Amino acid sequence: MHDKTIAELSTALHAREVSSAELTRLMLQRIKTLDPALNSFVTLTEDQAIAQATAADARIAAGDAGPLTGVPIAHKDIFCTRDVRTSCGSRMLENFIAPYDATVVGRLEQAGAVMLGKTNMDEFAMGSSNETSYYGPVRNPWDTATVPGGSSGGSAAAVAARLCAAATGTDTGGSIRQPAALTGITGLKPTYGRCSRWGMIAFASSLDQAGPMTRSAEDAAIMLTAMAGFDERDSTCAQRPVDDYVGALRASIRGLRIGIVREFMGDGLDAGVAAAIEQALNEYKALGAELVEISLPNAGLSVPAYYVVAPAECSSNLARFDGVRYGHRCDDPKDLEDLYKRSRSEGFGAEVKRRIMIGTYALSAGYYDAYYLKAQKVRQLIADDFRRAFDQCDVIAGPTAPGTAFRIGDKADDPVSMYLQDIYTIAVNLAGLPGMSIPAPHSGGMPVGLQLIGNYFDEARLLNVAHQLQLATDWHQQVPAEFA
Amino acid sequence: MSLSPEEVAKIAHLARLAVTDDDKVALGRDLSNILDLVAQMDAVDTAGVAPMAHPLEMAQRLRDDRVTEGDRRDRYQAHSPAVERGLFLVPKVIE
Repeated sequence: MHDKTIAELSTALHAREVSSAELTRLMLQRIKTLDPALNSFVTLTEDQAIAQATAADARIAAGDAGPLTGVPIAHKDIFCTRDVRTSCGSRMLENFIAPYDATVVGRLEQAGAVMLGKTNMDEFAMGSSNETSYYGPVRNPWDTATVPGGSSGGSAAAVAARLCAAATGTDTGGSIRQPAALTGITGLKPTYGRCSRWGMIAFASSLDQAGPMTRSAEDAAIMLTAMAGFDERDSTCAQRPVDDYVGALRASIRGLRIGIVREFMGDGLDAGVAAAIEQALNEYKALGAELVEISLPNAGLSVPAYYVVAPAECSSNLARFDGVRYGHRCDDPKDLEDLYKRSRSEGFGAEVKRRIMIGTYALSAGYYDAYYLKAQKVRQLIADDFRRAFDQCDVIAGPTAPGTAFRIGDKADDPVSMYLQDIYTIAVNLAGLPGMSIPAPHSGGMPVGLQLIGNYFDEARLLNVAHQLQLATDWHQQVPAEFA
Repeated sequence: MSLSPEEVAKIAHLARLAVTDDDKVALGRDLSNILDLVAQMDAVDTAGVAPMAHPLEMAQRLRDDRVTEGDRRDRYQAHSPAVERGLFLVPKVIE
């Protein structure tokens, strides 16, 4: 039962082959038995899960249930969950009990999903390996000596290991797609503004976006249907109707124009990953799609531009953690400045401090034009590249990450080499476009992600394109042996 | 680009972070490496390009000027490090 997708679980729940309470107990037991090897959960919400499952069973019995009713999921610990600790992977929020639910959390609860717990993550979502978490690294279920990617590494590992049917994630520079690629699952970063950011702890507000992490495109469509939509509490949330994502899955992709980014298939891409991507693209050709070569000439500047824009926004967003109102406070401050400085230095880890300092520097007097303004102009060039590309194609395809999962510790001492993990994903955030990672064939026994990039608010097409590949292949159905 | 320990100390102060002398050396190296990465942007001519602050061209919504949230001070202060009678406590600021 734990290996079933959301769509399959929903059928089983409605046919009364299993109750949500039984399913929830089974998944909680799996987490207790198997998660010590992974560290993908930081908090289990057992009592609430059972209560939600019981309520879901009543809804199913009453005929008042949807596709998510009774399905056990998990939330990345960046989403505020009422009366449940929300730590954001940081010591700063070790004792923070959220006083309200994030909009995305509330919507999934209304849809009847059962929350099993909160998943581990890179501290304040800053990282590509889940090694910056104050609560310890997460391990990749395909090889526990390797990282699951990050920052939504806990959600990715938990879904890949069949500890929950699906999980939420957030993506600022690749934090849903890259871990999805490294763990062999399906992850979708919607268009900026498609899902509400309310109650999602802010990292870089012009880039952050919530999305689903699932085992199939069909499940991602079900999750996104519940998560997306206008929210008056988020001033940047898009005021436009949510498309019929599930209904769009079945459309044929014959004649679809898939853009292949010349710059993404060259130097820096692992040969095994390149071969896996080629194989996936050939499958698309067999399905009737047409491959067209496109160019994103400024995409190579996306990592440099991002490491100004994201740290600048982070230094501003994380100024709120001052040791006064909530979060960690140092012992015996001698004055207010000492209180601020020591509370922040004790509460934040090394990577968060680095990014706050880069952002502070880039925004400081005399440097603003050279860094922040320059980065905003480069961002415009990158967005323009995509605009031109979508005149020639309907979706863009390529690798999600330059390699497969690397070993824990391999890049931990070299921030720049870690940042280059997101070389293919970051441009999408800068432009604000939707992007997905879906499983391609393995390379060297480890998962590879195929990235699909769509035009603004074209999530329905992305999901359709992903689903059609998943109907024709079994790459997304591979299970790590110890978690089968 | 190479940041001196003094420059690191100045940035840390602006960011209200305490750094030790050892930190200053390691941070100086790491931050300089990141700024070298960032400097790749200098290779592209951006004269005449409009800066992009936000991915979506959207106007800020207006709403009626009325109270929509109730008083939740007690609930929000339940997690504060130090409060008294609804006030946040900090070390003495004025002598």
